Amino acid sequence: MANPTHRHSRARRDKRRANWKGQTPNLTQCPECKEMKLPHRACAACGTYNGNKVLEIVEK
Amino acid sequence: MRHKVDGRLFGRPANQRKALLRGIVTALFDNQRIETTVAKAKEAKRIAERLITFGIKGDLHSKRQVLSYVTCRPTASKLFNDIAPRFQGRNGGYLRIVQTRNRLKDSAPMAILEFVDYESVKQAKGKAAKTEKVEKTEKKA
Repeated sequence: MANPTHRHSRARRDKRRANWKGQTPNLTQCPECKEMKLPHRACAACGTYNGNKVLEIVEK
Repeated sequence: MRHKVDGRLFGRPANQRKALLRGIVTALFDNQRIETTVAKAKEAKRIAERLITFGIKGDLHSKRQVLSYVTCRPTASKLFNDIAPRFQGRNGGYLRIVQTRNRLKDSAPMAILEFVDYESVKQAKGKAAKTEKVEKTEKKA
């Protein structure tokens, strides 16, 4: 099997990894409570989806 | 290539996969509303809607078809006596999937699978259910 001939320095390794970036989730505003939520998902804050769809929100 | 091969395998052998889906569908008819993963909900939805159509049809052959899938007899009779009449005159689309959250332990996307008339069903049996829920929260606190 082909193998690397030379070891990369820490700088090269870290420069490569510097481009691994997280992505911000695409959020939309909940029409009911104006909280930000994931699109096509029930709102985690008020439990609604398309108006009246309700999850029970339990306060901890 | 896996082109045009329909359905999900769920990483399980055929017998376990079948048992899993039978359980989910039976639980759905029992409870009117269940929470599962999105993939399982989508797979269970198509089976359950086929069975509800059998329920609306209601002849002997339909009953046998339903009994051969649902894992418990009382649930089958519930399908024919309670559920099917609610959907008389509707051709499919009896169920709704609402995506909810990612499960805490494995981040699996979860969804609620419920009948499209769940709101009215909930109101019908609402008072009994509501008192139960209040008791549960009190115990937690």
